[in-house]
Amino acid sequence: MQAIEVENLTKRFGDFTAVDGISFSVAPGEVFGLLGPNGAGKSTLIRMLTTLVPPTSGTAYVNGFDIVRQANDVRQSIGVIPQAMTSDLDLSAQENMSIFAKLYGIPRERRLKTIAQLLKDVDLEKWADKPVKMFSGGMRRRLEIARGLVHEPKLFFLDEPTTGLDPVSRVGVWDMLSRLKTERQLTILVTTHYMDEADKLCDRIAIVDHGKLVALDSPLKLKASIPGKNVLEVSFSGAPKDWMQKLKSLDDVADVKAVDNIYRISSHNGPRTTVALMEAARSAGAAINSLSVQSTSLDDVFVHYTGHQLRDTLQAPSAADSPFVSHRGM
Amino acid sequence: MHRIWAMIERDMRRFRRSPVLVIVSILMPLVQLVVLGYAFGGKIKNLHVGVVDQDHGVPAIKIREMCQAIAANAKTFDTISYSDEASALADLRNGKINGVLSIPPEFSRKVLAGASPQIALAEDNTDQFSASALADSLNGLLVSYNGPAVQPRTTASVDLSVVEIYPYVPYIQFLLPGTITLSIFVSAMIGGGIIFIDDKARGLHEGYLVTPIRKIELILGFTLAGAIKAIIAGAVLITVGSVIAGIPDPLNPLRMAKMLVLVVATSMALISMMFLIMVRVSDPLVPRAIFGMLNTVLYFPSGAVYPPQSFPNWMKAIAFVDPFTYAVDGFKELVLKNTGLMAINVDLAFLLGFTVLTIGLATLLFRRTL
Repeated sequence: MQAIEVENLTKRFGDFTAVDGISFSVAPGEVFGLLGPNGAGKSTLIRMLTTLVPPTSGTAYVNGFDIVRQANDVRQSIGVIPQAMTSDLDLSAQENMSIFAKLYGIPRERRLKTIAQLLKDVDLEKWADKPVKMFSGGMRRRLEIARGLVHEPKLFFLDEPTTGLDPVSRVGVWDMLSRLKTERQLTILVTTHYMDEADKLCDRIAIVDHGKLVALDSPLKLKASIPGKNVLEVSFSGAPKDWMQKLKSLDDVADVKAVDNIYRISSHNGPRTTVALMEAARSAGAAINSLSVQSTSLDDVFVHYTGHQLRDTLQAPSAADSPFVSHRGM
Repeated sequence: MHRIWAMIERDMRRFRRSPVLVIVSILMPLVQLVVLGYAFGGKIKNLHVGVVDQDHGVPAIKIREMCQAIAANAKTFDTISYSDEASALADLRNGKINGVLSIPPEFSRKVLAGASPQIALAEDNTDQFSASALADSLNGLLVSYNGPAVQPRTTASVDLSVVEIYPYVPYIQFLLPGTITLSIFVSAMIGGGIIFIDDKARGLHEGYLVTPIRKIELILGFTLAGAIKAIIAGAVLITVGSVIAGIPDPLNPLRMAKMLVLVVATSMALISMMFLIMVRVSDPLVPRAIFGMLNTVLYFPSGAVYPPQSFPNWMKAIAFVDPFTYAVDGFKELVLKNTGLMAINVDLAFLLGFTVLTIGLATLLFRRTL
């Protein structure tokens, strides 16, 4: 049985289609990344899978339970970290955990033991009795991760767990997740904006844009799937007139783009193109001012599939943006 | 069931950390009780009346002497003598005095001739309370002036003899029932309105919605937790308020027990009403914006500050469906008359029915999704 099975899932808000017929499945033990620009439909998708938003059409099974007809079984069997920081700021870390353990119906003896263990796992046992409003963003996130695991689910949903955190906290959160995943044999579905995180941590990545699935594969295969494996950025002085044509005819070159006298060369074989480039420059009498060779990153993959256009679309105002809600830190 | 307790426990722990909510919902009504109680309750005293005597006969002097007697005893007004009417009226218009009593020339002659003598009162009627106090006082004066010097042995005129069945109730005590209800309302408004919507906007509710808690458990958890806080506010008000307002034997245990029953019923009714109003709201501005309006619409038509018999029909209609009306009426019976619970069974029944109806509607409208 797959951990998650999504078939043709669609969500419309009025005449706007947020999620448009998406299908995929996630195997047990997998870390599955959901990538996409803002407004692509990632959050709506994750909210449908976690029963927060009913789908317009299509079906999905989470741990074998239908997300509409067996919503309560789904809820009991998954851990969810919503995008908003949802801890109760006036309560302590321990109290926040305890309330949720009770909501999941964990018996008393197991409750205290589990909470103590989880707080230790996320390095918060020292602060267990302190109110959450005194916690930093990273500490709050780690507390939420612990809270999401309080009923020991095997499937974990995280909606942008590292957005808004400083780099050190981000690394901390991911270290924590990797360790918990191994220790508890978790299956994880995560959305993120950070390509480097997705690249390092996800077994497979789905890129979503305009509510549709545009690519789905392992990070390695995704990077191999776009033209050029390496990118050479090079600038010359004294380049001849037909230099562009010359560059395009070099060994293994897929594409060349020029901005002023900086050339961006996509290559199927970085080292061979580099050697050929040196030769060509010497014979043409052009001096190389700078040269860098980069591997294709997931950023390139992302931009390849979703395009460069800025997503300046209007969104519904969020109640959390009201001046009346006090924002105490992140 | 254990999930309802978890929701209540969450709220109680929060409340213990910052009991601001209950302090505010106790303090505001208490301040109102004391200020309104003393602002409206007192007898009007020390008005200034200009007296223009253009007659100087014996009957005129008798009138002036009676005025001075009022100035010395009841102190409703004191008198200032003017020699001409024009300057007295000018002072009246300038607000220096509150009325001008004018005794016209020929007054004594008309009295002696029995030719319907008149004296005139010009008063500043922009202030109705002072004006009517002044007119009442002078009317009383004339009644005793007109009384025959020697009472006839038999009389055919009918007197109304008033029997007051309860001790005199000062206005502050009349206000107390409304104040108790108000404190429960403020607690429901802040706890069930403002904090509830703020939690929703911050995403706290989203956290609960992904757990296996059932819709009815969420609703009961939210409302019971809110009701407990409102009950605490109401319980403080029935004791502290009774002492402040000077209710005789303020902490009588039996009466307190009966009032607590009504506090519980009122808390349930008001928090359920608030939950129904807020069930589909997500903008934190809304509860703050309607706070004052709701307060006015519920509090004043209830008879808490003025007898509802004087209301126009549309306001009587509001009073009829307003849970405040029944709470205030019930507290009046218990506080001012110390009756039994049977005397307020209609009030209790209404509040209970109102609770069931509003919670039922809120459950229909509540969405367990975002």
